[in-house]
Amino acid sequence: MTWLSKSPWILHYDASSCNGCDIEVLACLSPLYDVERFGIINTGNPKHADVLVITGGINEQNREVVRNLYDQMADPKVVVAVGICASSGGVFRECYNVVGGIDCIIPVDVYVPGCAARPESIIDGIVKALSILEEKKRGTHISQAPGQGAGGLR
Amino acid sequence: MINNDKKPDVHLFEGESLITLPFLILFPAAIAAILLLVPGDTWRRLIVQAGALIIGIASLYLLFITPGAGQAFFPVTGGWITTLMFIAEMIIAVFLIYLGIKHKKYLALFLVVAQAALLIFYETSAAHGAHIVPDLFIDQLSLIMALIIGIIGSLICVYALGYMATYHELHPDVKDRRRSFFFLVFLFIASMFGLVFSNYLPWVFFFWELTTLCSFLLIGYSGTGEAVNNSFLALNMNLLGGIAFAGALIYLAVISPGGDLLSISTLIQSGHVVALIPAVLIGFAGITKAALMPFSAWLVGAMIAPTPVSALLHSSTMVKAGVYIIVRFSPVLTGTTEGLIIALLGGFTFLLASAIAISQSNAKKVLAYSTIANLGLIVACAGVGTYKLVWAAIMLIIFHAIAKSLLFLCVGTVEHRIGSRDIEDMTGLIVRMPKVAVMMLVGIAGMFLAPFGMLISKWAAIEAFIDAPFGLIFVAILAFGGSITVLFWSKWMGKIISVCPVAELVENRISRQKWIVLSLLTAMTVFVCLAFPIISSHLIEPFVLSVYGQTARLSQDNIIIMAMMLFLLMIMPFSLLWFRKEKNIVAPYMAGRPATPDLHFLGSMGVQRQVGLGNYYFEGIFGEKKLFMAGTALCFGLILLMGTLTAGVAL
Amino acid sequence: MISIMNALIFIVAAPFIGGLVAGIDRKLTARMQGRVGPPILQPFADVGKLFEKKQIVVTPSQHVHTLSYLVFIVASGALFFAGGDLLLVIFAFTLAHLFLVLGAYSSYSPYSFIGAERELIQIIAYEPMIILAAVGMYLVTKSFFVWEIMASELPLILYLPGVFLGFLMVLTIKLRKSPFDLSTSHHAHQEIVKGVTTDFSGPMLGRVEIAHWYENVFLLGFIYLFFAWNPLIAIIAIIVVYLLEILIDNTFSRGTWQFTLKSSWIIAGMMGLVNLGVLYYLSAVVPA
Repeated sequence: MTWLSKSPWILHYDASSCNGCDIEVLACLSPLYDVERFGIINTGNPKHADVLVITGGINEQNREVVRNLYDQMADPKVVVAVGICASSGGVFRECYNVVGGIDCIIPVDVYVPGCAARPESIIDGIVKALSILEEKKRGTHISQAPGQGAGGLR
Repeated sequence: MINNDKKPDVHLFEGESLITLPFLILFPAAIAAILLLVPGDTWRRLIVQAGALIIGIASLYLLFITPGAGQAFFPVTGGWITTLMFIAEMIIAVFLIYLGIKHKKYLALFLVVAQAALLIFYETSAAHGAHIVPDLFIDQLSLIMALIIGIIGSLICVYALGYMATYHELHPDVKDRRRSFFFLVFLFIASMFGLVFSNYLPWVFFFWELTTLCSFLLIGYSGTGEAVNNSFLALNMNLLGGIAFAGALIYLAVISPGGDLLSISTLIQSGHVVALIPAVLIGFAGITKAALMPFSAWLVGAMIAPTPVSALLHSSTMVKAGVYIIVRFSPVLTGTTEGLIIALLGGFTFLLASAIAISQSNAKKVLAYSTIANLGLIVACAGVGTYKLVWAAIMLIIFHAIAKSLLFLCVGTVEHRIGSRDIEDMTGLIVRMPKVAVMMLVGIAGMFLAPFGMLISKWAAIEAFIDAPFGLIFVAILAFGGSITVLFWSKWMGKIISVCPVAELVENRISRQKWIVLSLLTAMTVFVCLAFPIISSHLIEPFVLSVYGQTARLSQDNIIIMAMMLFLLMIMPFSLLWFRKEKNIVAPYMAGRPATPDLHFLGSMGVQRQVGLGNYYFEGIFGEKKLFMAGTALCFGLILLMGTLTAGVAL
Repeated sequence: MISIMNALIFIVAAPFIGGLVAGIDRKLTARMQGRVGPPILQPFADVGKLFEKKQIVVTPSQHVHTLSYLVFIVASGALFFAGGDLLLVIFAFTLAHLFLVLGAYSSYSPYSFIGAERELIQIIAYEPMIILAAVGMYLVTKSFFVWEIMASELPLILYLPGVFLGFLMVLTIKLRKSPFDLSTSHHAHQEIVKGVTTDFSGPMLGRVEIAHWYENVFLLGFIYLFFAWNPLIAIIAIIVVYLLEILIDNTFSRGTWQFTLKSSWIIAGMMGLVNLGVLYYLSAVVPA
């Protein structure tokens, strides 16, 4: 049991989300769901974060930003794509400006589908991400290339 | 309090060794005369460096001939010397009148004439009965001042060689008057030695006036309108002090026709009642020379002069003459209301000048205000004048002289390389000029950080003020003023230490003389901090003991702890050698925006913008205009009060 | 006497005490907000996690600064608990904080820069008051040495009520509690992201965190000095003061730097100076 899974700090970023999933993520931080009891803190800073919680899909404007944020996070790190837009582009997949889900640009570890994803699912997804984080720390994790599903909640 | 019944140990003319005293006065004057005649640069370099070396060695030699306690005297027979000085003073007055008329500075004219008139009155009527033999003397306080003048002064002269060469390259429009420049600088050093070695007050006055003259001419070196105006401002304020000094001479000649009280050593021994009025008048002269409020404008204006002038005259030596004379008279001032008022002047100057320094981004102005502030602090200690405070004041004199001259010389070097003396342009200096930046950091640290000397002195001052009468005012001033200094020094350090990834190295082409001088001064800043217990026990404590009958020192435990802190502080930077291998370098956080290393980032609509990082200057709170007016008004009121009280005593 | 043993105990035990205090702080904050909150040992998990991360830096000199920060905080705190000169302890802490500021400046990035400037404002906001507190203690016990102040039989709090109140005000700044948590905060005040610590990460950040724990233990010790004549009352006082700080933290949001500077200089300064003025007057009038 590493310390990582006891103290996962998240960076929450809205790629091109309609804010529906963001509201649900923030609800997790509120007293009703209270993820701080798992040691989860919402830092706004990639250098302090272990888990990148992303909502919304990738478009031309946020492509470099997401890459930049991911690169500034220290290893080991995991990415949780929250909502169907983050997973695959969602209903906006065919739009001219949307490239696709988050896994177009960075490797995603956990997909949390839903529109909007429910707080319970989000918490579940983060907990799953924690075990992947542990595997990464121990060096036993086999990562998938971007663009392929890494096995999340179906 | 003074021990009136205990005469200090008097050693009259201890062998030939005391000949060093007149040597140190005459030799730099001779060098000055030679430099005025020598035309070429090569000869000048040779003579300046040789002269500086000899002066430095002679000053160090003083360490061996100064008695362990008390004073040693060197009488100079020959009344013709005093007459010669009077004639020289008249010539200088005529010269100043000529310049005043030429530049249409009528206030200066008036002041020169007034001072000359007082002098003539003194010579013709009051001084006739004076029959004492003037003498030179040396004790630990003069020794400390002489070491500062001899070592730091010579180093600055050597630095000035390289600096003035570059200065004239960069300012082709300024007439090359380097012969007079170096003449004046060495003449100044000679007069400073004369000032601190003279026991006979008319001689002190002569050398005092010489330093005013040198400062006036050097400030106006570049000949621009602003330089001329600022030089006359300095002249006017220093002349005001000179008039007060002349007044003191007349008063002393009147109350003691035999002239015994014209000797500093006798005057101070004679106690409050007799010596208070001259002490206040000479103290006033010291206040103008040390640029305390309300007379601080001239020092800020003097920053227009070339940097070696600022380093030599306006931070380490000439202004120190002002505080030196007040420290000399602190046994007389202690416990009196006038002394308290002088101390309050110093204290408020410290507080307000430090506050103004926060709002300045011109590096030389920051250094000027910091100098004014620290001089104010020294005077505050000397004015209240308990034995602990005099100890702290002398410590402050030593540490300030070294660190401040180092900083001025660094700023001068940086200015010539990057073309600006604004702190905002010194961003990332640690990458652009690493060695100079490190020296600058040492200098700044030496001004306010534990365990360096200035902080030790301020700490000693707080502890000493608590037990002094009305001490709470000064403790509050020190607490708030000290924190203020932390702000403006740290801001500056932060600018220097930012590691901009994109910056070119501009440290080449700095002359070897400059490197030697800067490195020596940096080493001295650190060394003096390490050696301060020895300096205290061998130089400062004997002086305080002989004047007050008891002395202060830092406790043994604290000395050990500070040595440990200094040791830690010196080894921590070496950890960089270990950490330099760090390979995982990422960009700083710019809200995720892709950015270039020099902080250009892609903004909205795809437009590239640049981040500007500027320090806070708090114009609204610490602005120069407001605080300067407040300080001038307050301190002017204090001076009026002191004048009234003194006049009351006289009548 | 200066006690090396106490210093060593501090160096070893303070991280544990500091971390525990931080954990209790978070638990109580959560309960006040109607949440469950993290386990009490959470801060240790946080620091442990930070040391498990791979170190990334913006520039290697950040290492030097943050390490110096930790070293000097430990040294200053050790000096305090060894019983040394209180003023020297205060100045040593200023030196330590300067390293934190320089570490933020060295990374040449906007958020760290603003954080560093605000940290400097915080430093000049609290330093006069803390010096006045030390001066107050000297006026009562006639000594600056902590071991002598501890040994004093006098109830310092009764002589120094104004000074104590002023100290409480600047304690809020030093503990980085709202409304004075301008430069960095443990809460989700992300106005300038993480301020001073924005560009620190991994083990480096862990060291900064541990330094905060050391400093908190020192601050609790400073509160103790006001009540040193009765250890039981002192411990209760520490608990009450800390609870008060948590309450203030949860009640206020982040203030402006003008508010911080003005309130600490004017209000705290006035309370402290009036108190000291009264003491001066009394010691001059009433033979001690």
